[in-house]
Amino acid sequence: MAQARSHLGRTIAAHAVLITYTLIALFPVFVIVINSMKSRKAIFAEPLALPRSDTFDLIGFTTVLQQGDFFLYFLNSLIVTVASLFFVLLFGAMAAFALSEYRFKGNTLMGLYLALGIMIPIRLGTVAILQMMVAAGLVNTLTALILVYTAQGLPLAVFILSEFMKQVSDDLKNAGRIDGLSEYRIFFTLVLPLVRPAMATVAVFSMIPIWNDLWFPLILAPSEATKTITLGSQVFIGQFVTNWNAVLAALSLAILPVLVLYLVFSRQLIRGITAGAVK
Amino acid sequence: MAARKPIRWHIPVFLAPAVLVYTAIMIVPLFGTLNLSLFSVNDARETVFAGLDNFRTLFTDPRWSASFWNALKNNTWFFIIHMLVQNPIGILLAALLSSPRLRMAAFYRTAIFIPTILSFVIVGFVWKLILSPIWGIAPGMLDAIGLKSLFAPWLGKEQYALTTLALVSVWQFIGIPMMLIYAALLSIPDEVLEAAEMDGITGASQFWKIKLPLILPSIGIISILTFVGNFNAFDLIYVAQGALAGPNFSTDILGTFLYRTFFGFQLQLGDPHMGATIATAMFFIILVGVCFYLFTIQTRLRRYQF
Repeated sequence: MAQARSHLGRTIAAHAVLITYTLIALFPVFVIVINSMKSRKAIFAEPLALPRSDTFDLIGFTTVLQQGDFFLYFLNSLIVTVASLFFVLLFGAMAAFALSEYRFKGNTLMGLYLALGIMIPIRLGTVAILQMMVAAGLVNTLTALILVYTAQGLPLAVFILSEFMKQVSDDLKNAGRIDGLSEYRIFFTLVLPLVRPAMATVAVFSMIPIWNDLWFPLILAPSEATKTITLGSQVFIGQFVTNWNAVLAALSLAILPVLVLYLVFSRQLIRGITAGAVK
Repeated sequence: MAARKPIRWHIPVFLAPAVLVYTAIMIVPLFGTLNLSLFSVNDARETVFAGLDNFRTLFTDPRWSASFWNALKNNTWFFIIHMLVQNPIGILLAALLSSPRLRMAAFYRTAIFIPTILSFVIVGFVWKLILSPIWGIAPGMLDAIGLKSLFAPWLGKEQYALTTLALVSVWQFIGIPMMLIYAALLSIPDEVLEAAEMDGITGASQFWKIKLPLILPSIGIISILTFVGNFNAFDLIYVAQGALAGPNFSTDILGTFLYRTFFGFQLQLGDPHMGATIATAMFFIILVGVCFYLFTIQTRLRRYQF
């Protein structure tokens, strides 16, 4: 009896702690989104109240959509993120397959060489990367960003994917070889479909830092035509510090796309982590 | 004559794209930066080999060393806050989430991870607005619980600004330790926990005596990831306080110092050689940390095979 009661008490305590922390995690986002839909007066008078019919006002959103080139920035971010992810996944999976499938001289060494980048951040090479991009005429192009993010994402992708590819059954691959499939066909038609869950995990882990990065867009591609949404909203908000409606609306618009992507992928992410991708 | 094995061309073909991109964009520039730090520009505007002079300037010349040591000190404090606040809270949340039969676990997990997916731009401005004395959300809330006298413009005061930003960064990244520890806790086999229950070890003592020793390797990985992330941080400070890392450089960390040196700010011109010198110093700081972890901590952690 006493034990049952203490168990109940523990459950309530656990929920209390988790609810408290959930409130701390979501409160700032909540405040920004509700206030972005209020009139200027209401923002200051009652910052924590929900928008009502008399305080509801979308002036912030109209300002943002008229002034900033948000659609272009969004498109740039999308191009950079999708292209980098494509290359990270394709090249990463190919290298992971070579490392996990074949025995050859220098296999372990190559694995260590590629894993080095997990610990040493690519940012430390910025000075030389910029010089290289200037020499190659790639400054202020999306190509520069795609190249950098591909290099940045590869180490972790190779590491996680080769762990997974070791688990793909040898019998299956050997059956393919007996049927006369080339090594390339075995990789693309047998192995790749089997590691799809791992690919999704790698995609989510690589996507967040690419989409949110401010450092490389600021240094390699700050021109108006190549600004990403992260850099674009930073500059925009900097210009409109006193226009609270516009700032709050810009923040809400910047939060939404990531939030939607996250909610779509979150189930896959949890499954990937708990399946042993990152242990 | 024994037939030599034919060269298996598919292996280099599979490896080539990844190795080429990685080497060209990551490894070569990294060494390029190390190399650049050994040169400087003399009065005749020629680039000359300077040996370790740049490092001597950085560590001892009063114009540079004050900023460098200040940034290093602030960076260390930034890291300490993460280790003391972020990782224990992350472990606590993961331990609560992983308890069996907990309802709504998926909801909590998703919600607590949300700050981690937001960009620094959003996080920086959101907290700037909330802590702003003009808007009055933070003072208003403190007023509601009768603690209004505690309010101060935290981001604007030299003695509080860095700690405040470190806590904002903790708020943002707590999802990562939580998720990794959560995964580690779920991978503990039920037989081990059942055996513990048979011996009467349940609840909190089960966590301290059984689970915690088993997740120590994950805690080690989190610590080193936190270390690398913190000594490489830049974005949050830049967004919240600008490249000058105000007030009066009290929030200056190595990342912002590198940015200012390399690109210049206001009247000071950018200096690629000193920038490369700072990047090299950061490289060695991170290398020392990673080696320390690999050779002293990781080798002592016992891994259990189930």
